[in-house]
Amino acid sequence: MAGGVRYLPSGDCALTVEFGRGVDRHLNMQVMALEAALQARNLDGVIETVPTFRSLTVHYDPSVIDHARLCHEVDALDFAASQDAACGRIVTLPVAYGGVHGPDLGDVAAAGGLNEEEAIARHSAVAHYVYMIGFAPGHPYMGDLPAELTLPRRMTPRTRIAPGTVAVAVGQTVIYPFASPGGWHAIGRTPVDLFNIARDVPALLRAGDSVRLRPVTADEYDDLQARPLTEQITIAEPAR
Amino acid sequence: MSAALIAQKAGPFTTVQDLGRAGHQAAGIPVSGALDPASLRIANALVGNPEGEAALEIRLMGPVLKVDAPAVRVALCGTSSPLQILAPEPREVPPWQSAVLERGTVFRVPPLKGSVTAYLAVGGGFDIAPVLGSRSTCLRAGFGGLKGRALADGDALPLAMPAPDGRADMRLGRVPDLAPPARVRLVLGPQDDHFSAAAIATLLEAEFRITNEADRMGLRLAGPALEHKAGYDITSDGIATGAIQVPGDGQPIILLADHQTTGGYPKIATVISADLPALGRLAPGAVLTFSAVTVAEAQDIHIAQKRRLSEVIASIAPLSVEAASLSSRALLSANLISGVISATAQAED
Repeated sequence: MAGGVRYLPSGDCALTVEFGRGVDRHLNMQVMALEAALQARNLDGVIETVPTFRSLTVHYDPSVIDHARLCHEVDALDFAASQDAACGRIVTLPVAYGGVHGPDLGDVAAAGGLNEEEAIARHSAVAHYVYMIGFAPGHPYMGDLPAELTLPRRMTPRTRIAPGTVAVAVGQTVIYPFASPGGWHAIGRTPVDLFNIARDVPALLRAGDSVRLRPVTADEYDDLQARPLTEQITIAEPAR
Repeated sequence: MSAALIAQKAGPFTTVQDLGRAGHQAAGIPVSGALDPASLRIANALVGNPEGEAALEIRLMGPVLKVDAPAVRVALCGTSSPLQILAPEPREVPPWQSAVLERGTVFRVPPLKGSVTAYLAVGGGFDIAPVLGSRSTCLRAGFGGLKGRALADGDALPLAMPAPDGRADMRLGRVPDLAPPARVRLVLGPQDDHFSAAAIATLLEAEFRITNEADRMGLRLAGPALEHKAGYDITSDGIATGAIQVPGDGQPIILLADHQTTGGYPKIATVISADLPALGRLAPGAVLTFSAVTVAEAQDIHIAQKRRLSEVIASIAPLSVEAASLSSRALLSANLISGVISATAQAED
């Protein structure tokens, strides 16, 4: 294991392996590589692993494997982080930007000295890397945004953000799978269900994916909403 | 022919829970499951189920239920309150023992004593399809349990076993102590280094009261503010059940079964797994103090507690014929066999 890694006990049933403290693509790729290596090791007593921006939390059964031995096992893993962020799937989602679907688009554009069309063009030009899923089932945290689209969270959180809302803050983009309160700036909305328990794999996205957002009109949004998932999105599997 | 329990009244917050939905946190899906898994396991053992079968988790006070099946075996655990049979003939069934209820029986779980969380297990379990490997209710995303939500008036809870098997009714020989530990034990971290030394000292010395913001997601505490060293935002990382996160106001929140999988507040410490069932039983207003143990100590305590729970479950024995045929209240007032049923005496006023 590389230097600088910290083994932080999260009580007696979880271990957080911390690679660093910031939002950084290289840190996150180390997290993903450790998760893959640990899953391949298939240790008795490891229940599940949760990758985040900069750490991997390992949930385990202390009556099967204790903290000291788990740290030792993780430390002994030999793995190398991929250098290529484009090694995950590429998922393309339609988004209706602005208007009723993205009431904060104007503010976000103005903060970056752009008009709305320019803000849409820049937001939809980049591949949004999924650092992690958290906060709610299927809720992706994606980065990184160009400087002109980077701004803090809203001063006052909205009390209700509609499901499917695409929102930006702190250099990142999220998509809310469920209606909820939220402090991010709502710039658009996708008609795609990011989480649907009726699907074999309910969460559409997973950490390590890259997401491309395809601007659509409000009319196209309405039309796409009625269509099955296979007609709403495209998924390109990584080359192996 | 249908076999079900009909909820004539749902109770304030009754949900279907088992031991939780581990394995899906990477997709943002909370683990859920019983707040007091020890009592859930005992309730299941009493009715002859596997210990992890789904049961009704009852908060504060219970539902009024009617048996719409030839008969069903039930057991109420995690409280000192009895099951109250309302019809056809009023009587009480003490907690920590099983009883067979015939078709048409109407019964209720009264306001809970000794805990705010209790479990009603039914022989054979509920005929509810597991979702992602669990029957626990995921309130956040509205799936699992009964229609992904808390019980509502008029709901039918389908029974997997239309009539009880021929086994005798059982009682627990050694009723567990429901009282919280004098000091709730915790392991410092994962982000204790985000707090001042004074904050750590305060956490381990001061009293904290559980506020009214207490639910299956967590317990918000009130006490002296815990001071962050440098800001209260961290880059989100994973959350373990029992984590004590401290937002900007310095008031700690202990995260319980329905907690979100990741979070951006620093976590000063984590309550040890052995003390989590006790937290699940506590009501707003309860006062907590904490003491720190090492991870190795916490893991020894975890293993010892698991062994004690096995011993408690091993103390389950057939109910005597007399005890089964008379109400416990009658027995107590007559003081006939108080020695025999002393273990359940706390069930009575």
